[in-house]
Amino acid sequence: MQALTKMTWVEMKLKLREPVGTFFTLVFPLLLLFLFGGIYGNDPSPFLGGRGSVDNSVPGYIAMIIGTTGMIGLPIALSVYREQGILRRFRAAPITPALVLGSQVAVNLIISLVGIASLVIAGIFVYGLVLPEAPVGAFLAVVISGLSFLSIGFVLASLTPTSTAAQAVGMALFFPMMFLSGAALPQQVLPEKLVAFSQYLPLTHVVNLLQDLWYGDGWNGTALLVLLGMMVVATAVSIRTFRWE
Amino acid sequence: MTNIIEATHLRKTYGDTVAVADVSLTVQKGEIFGIVGPNGAGKTTAVESIMGLRKPDSGTVSVLGLDPQTQAQELRQRLGIQLQEASLPDYMKVWEALDLFASFYKQTVPWEPLLAQWGLSEKRNTRFKNLSGGQKQRLFIALALLNDPEVIFLDELTTGLDPQTRRATWDVVRAIRDQGKTVILVTHFMDEAEELADRIAVIDQGKVAALDTPRVLIQGLQAGSTVRFTGRNGFDAALLKGVEGVTAVTQQAQQIIVKGDGPLLARVAAALSQHDIVPADLRVEQADLEDVFLALTGREIRS
Repeated sequence: MQALTKMTWVEMKLKLREPVGTFFTLVFPLLLLFLFGGIYGNDPSPFLGGRGSVDNSVPGYIAMIIGTTGMIGLPIALSVYREQGILRRFRAAPITPALVLGSQVAVNLIISLVGIASLVIAGIFVYGLVLPEAPVGAFLAVVISGLSFLSIGFVLASLTPTSTAAQAVGMALFFPMMFLSGAALPQQVLPEKLVAFSQYLPLTHVVNLLQDLWYGDGWNGTALLVLLGMMVVATAVSIRTFRWE
Repeated sequence: MTNIIEATHLRKTYGDTVAVADVSLTVQKGEIFGIVGPNGAGKTTAVESIMGLRKPDSGTVSVLGLDPQTQAQELRQRLGIQLQEASLPDYMKVWEALDLFASFYKQTVPWEPLLAQWGLSEKRNTRFKNLSGGQKQRLFIALALLNDPEVIFLDELTTGLDPQTRRATWDVVRAIRDQGKTVILVTHFMDEAEELADRIAVIDQGKVAALDTPRVLIQGLQAGSTVRFTGRNGFDAALLKGVEGVTAVTQQAQQIIVKGDGPLLARVAAALSQHDIVPADLRVEQADLEDVFLALTGREIRS
């Protein structure tokens, strides 16, 4: 336990020393908030089901933070560790994969939560963002979605041979999902066929889960099941496929 | 003597490549055991199979009475390991690395004295990527000693170190042994093995080509010895040919080279003084481990 705490703390410091790596978690969502908030404001709009643009977008931006951390940030970080022989050095000490993976989960989850908190706080103070109807539920949804996407990240890191490949595959999977799932753009602007297709994308379920809890529609059972199922399967796969070198 | 390590018939292949064909060896408590051979001979694979970082295809290993595959965690608490091609995160500071690795072990020695011992005290706040090659190497050695290990594996320990640090490192390796610890020293530097190792396994093409003390290995060559000195003008090589043990006398410019067996230097010196010849530079050249390797494999180690 002491090792896990220490490892997480050191990893946290390392992440903050390399600020480029946390751009998409900490800075980019704020840029989107101020860009679209500046253009559209947050007045209720019939096109967005009577919600303001900021109120309509923030759950999606949160999903984006979760997705980018899990599918791009984590796989790159882990495969760089493997490529450079850092995992090799760790392995010579009496530690288990669980310690390495656990500290990565902890540090990425914490940084995601910091990114989400700064996004929500900025939204409230600048645009009068509505608070979630179910705040505890929304927090739990963030954690569940975060764990689910981080477990996908571990699978990507295990199955891609190099850090360059991890980056390419992560981006190729993430960016289309970011636009189609409603994370970066409201799905109201998409044609119906794409909206229907987006139901097969994991990130769509994060957006749905968060939006429903935010707007008082309760837990979205389908989204919750998909994300939990993904977490179980991906965790099982990543434990089997984890490679130190 | 207790056997700390027992490895029998280790074999490890990667696809069609046989990294380790057949390696058996035992390491005794408190010795410096050298594993030498050229790059690519299978030294590292063999040693990493022994420490449990690789799973051999066949063969058995026991280290400190433990199975490195099934009792890895328990075993690594008691091992110190310095690896080739290992690294730390670029932005990790020296003190953070020591502090972090200390948290992995049940028992550790304080790391500040280790930093001082390895000349890294002033680098404690330096990031790993800003250390020189030698400083990185010294940090890895300090990390390997952090848990006061019973057995220490040092793989290409002095690669990247300057000659002065290299000598100092040899002293530390001896000091570690003198504390009763067992050291496994993997190296392609024959002088290092000859200088430090109590016993040596010569590995070539995935097999143990020879295993003994450096002295026995060199004597086993029966290469005899060579005596050299500068002869004055008109020196008659014939007067040494009859001396007992001398097998050949050759002359290169003024250099006289005498080859033979037995106490050659004493006999040559005696013969010369009988003729009132007292060369100032009479010296003997012994075979060394490089010659052993050459004789065992028919190749130079640095080919």
